[in-house]
Amino acid sequence: MDAVASFVAQLLNGLAGASSLFLVAAGLSLIFGVTRIVNFAHGSFYMVGIYAAYSAVAWIGEGPGYWAGLVLAAVAVGVLGALIEILLLRRIYHAPELFQLLATFALVLVIKDAALWLWGPEELLGPRAPGLRGSVPILGRQFPSYDLFLIVVGPLVLGLLWLLLTRTRFGTLVRAATQDREMVGALGVNQAWLFTAVFALGAMLAGLGGALQLPREPANLELDLATIGAAFVVVVVGGMGSIPGAYVAALLIAELKAICIWLGVVEIAGVSISFSKLTLVVEFLVMAVVLVVRPWGLMGRPQAPSRNAGAAEAPLRAPDRLAKAAIAAVVLALFALPALSSQSPYVVILTIDILVAVLFAASLHFIMGPGGMHSFGHAAYFGLGAYGAAILLRATGAPMEIALIAAPLIAAVGALVFGWFCVRLSGVYLAMLTLAFAQIAWAIVYQWDAFTGGSNGLTGVWPSAWFSDKRAYYALTLALVLAGVFVLRRILYAPFGYAMRAVRDSTLRADAIGIDVKRVQWVAFVIGGLVAGLAGALFAFSKGSISPETLHVAKSVDGLVMVLLGGVQTLAGPVVGATLFTWLHDSVARSTEYWRAMLGGIILILVLLFPQGVAGFVRQVVYGRREAKGGS
Amino acid sequence: MLLDVHALSAWYGAAQILFDVDLGVRRGEVVALMGRNGAGKSTTLKAIMGMVDRRKGTLAFMGHDISRAEPHRVAQLGLGFVPEDRRIFTDLTVAENLAVGRQPSRRWPDGSDAPTWTPEHLYRLFPNLGGMPDRPGGRMSGGEQQMLTVARTLMGNPFLVLLDEPSEGVAPVIVEQMAQMILELKGQGVSILLSEQNMHFAELVSDRAYVLEKGQIRYTGTMADLAANDEVRRAYLSL
Repeated sequence: MDAVASFVAQLLNGLAGASSLFLVAAGLSLIFGVTRIVNFAHGSFYMVGIYAAYSAVAWIGEGPGYWAGLVLAAVAVGVLGALIEILLLRRIYHAPELFQLLATFALVLVIKDAALWLWGPEELLGPRAPGLRGSVPILGRQFPSYDLFLIVVGPLVLGLLWLLLTRTRFGTLVRAATQDREMVGALGVNQAWLFTAVFALGAMLAGLGGALQLPREPANLELDLATIGAAFVVVVVGGMGSIPGAYVAALLIAELKAICIWLGVVEIAGVSISFSKLTLVVEFLVMAVVLVVRPWGLMGRPQAPSRNAGAAEAPLRAPDRLAKAAIAAVVLALFALPALSSQSPYVVILTIDILVAVLFAASLHFIMGPGGMHSFGHAAYFGLGAYGAAILLRATGAPMEIALIAAPLIAAVGALVFGWFCVRLSGVYLAMLTLAFAQIAWAIVYQWDAFTGGSNGLTGVWPSAWFSDKRAYYALTLALVLAGVFVLRRILYAPFGYAMRAVRDSTLRADAIGIDVKRVQWVAFVIGGLVAGLAGALFAFSKGSISPETLHVAKSVDGLVMVLLGGVQTLAGPVVGATLFTWLHDSVARSTEYWRAMLGGIILILVLLFPQGVAGFVRQVVYGRREAKGGS
Repeated sequence: MLLDVHALSAWYGAAQILFDVDLGVRRGEVVALMGRNGAGKSTTLKAIMGMVDRRKGTLAFMGHDISRAEPHRVAQLGLGFVPEDRRIFTDLTVAENLAVGRQPSRRWPDGSDAPTWTPEHLYRLFPNLGGMPDRPGGRMSGGEQQMLTVARTLMGNPFLVLLDEPSEGVAPVIVEQMAQMILELKGQGVSILLSEQNMHFAELVSDRAYVLEKGQIRYTGTMADLAANDEVRRAYLSL
């Protein structure tokens, strides 16, 4: 009896948790449908929702005003969303999809620091809701009445949204724009305001989702990324653009989590399995399964080809004499660096970081730019390389040299397995599946204390004796990074590279001329993973210790930012981007407490000024002018 | 002149498609823009709407300068566009497709009422649509979609409709209905600029014609003159 009661209590708990998740996901889904922007900042809206509700309730005072406070907070977040749309996103609707993503990620950084500045680093738990402070007995257990209220809110909002979308002119326009926004414009509808309204509505839903959590969950600065991860999963599992699908997915995931908590530690065939630990990955497991079985989500429909496809990618240029001279000069300068900077040893350490970042970014660029596969989980292979090297070194006592050879292979095996699933998808769905695999890998590393050291990571990962001097290790890193980048470039100009780009530009045509599309993508994915693994191993030996951070989603996002910052369609892009990002990160982080906001601000400025990336911009300045003179 | 286009050039990416196109439509006229596949007919219509990557030239519609206007602004001035590929909202019902196109009724500058359309009105004009107001656009035949895309644009009560290849890819019986429909619209006071390859169809409905080849206007004249001019037809229109 008691088991049943606790089971029911957990189920109800899951239902209550599903409501807020649904609100956030519904907003994300709406925004994606109409604007085609994958709004990374959506979790931040949720976070601001809780904080704003905390302040609003403190300001209005408790009592009936409490509810007004929650609504006020949601509206405030809606207004914030509208402002962001008008001031920022409106300027970049014509930029490539990935740039929009980069811009919304910069917003995450800025909003996080704004919240830090406004509300401080402490967790803030709001007061409980008036009238719903008590609890209701259910099967002999006390169940909070506020949670019962939340259980009702989810379906209620679902119903209201459904009415809005199917029974109003606004809803009709939203659904039409989701399919073909250019045509909606040609019929006399001002898309700009439609987009603003949808963005504000989506932000408001996220804000409401946050505000409603005020009495249940303390406001803290980590909620943004945690929420956006969960919301992405819900949207993808439910089916992009399907609001009822988002509700079903939110329910499914919340209930599975509840069941995992209820199961706790279970003995199965003599092995004790901790289901409660599974809660960290359960949503990503669900997403991986759904994407493999039904790639368009539970209630979504196969994606129609987008009418707003970006311009065709320009062919890659072979470097001319000027570019070759520049590359040679940079390489020479890099080899001379230790001698030139003997007064400040930090320069060498920072440059090692930059070189590792360059290799990581180049490997991501390889599958993203020429390969056309947008990976949100590339850190998985970086991390596999790092952990592979560290574990090999510590467990078998193999020397660094062996570990450096084996680690990339371990990462490649990981990419071989994950890639097989990933290349079966495309676009946002592929990106989400890479993210899911990365999260699963992260959760395993994070929790397998005996093998990976768990959250503490592994220490004592030092290079062999003759590379223990930083300058020697620098030379090794430089040589391997140069070799890695060179090999990647070489592949791109080989027939295999042509096949990769053909597949990116037109899957159907590539297929029709006899290219095995999936195989090409798979091989490219594995090569990208292999090189990322080498970067990870180099990273491990340069630091001497590693932690689960090396395969955290933040690391994947760092890689994305580097590639996008430099420019996706230039080969120099990842090199420039990684250098700029690592250097900015290093110098800004040392100079201010609000380094994230600075970094975000810089990224936003770069996105607005250089929509082709920094390297793309330089190329345009150098070559664009020359072409203008030589051409017509 | 209702629509006055002067020295219109247009580009897709780096490729220039139109070169200094001049054309005009007067009130009450049906004008045909003739030319082979790839001559630039559709691009001309899209460039007038502002739906190309880049354009240059002077465009005036009912005295408003629309050389730089965005598509929604052009549509709000009463210039309707019916795309060649129909672009029906397949998830929306027939009635909802029409609702998306709805705009307020208009008056001519002289104060008289311009043609105004309601769904009931359009269901009479296109009886097939009247029988299926709740059917999703995606579950209609090509001919029915062709009617719906015209009806949807008419919901904006346009003074002038840009009609892109109405006779392409539909059954002969629908082509006939399209011709009927154009004449009926003309009778109601709607002007039409249509792009067309089908000489027979154009002859049936048009007052004047322009012939386009490789993005340039090669011939301007009345439809009757063009029909009688074998030389021009052989040079620019025959296959």
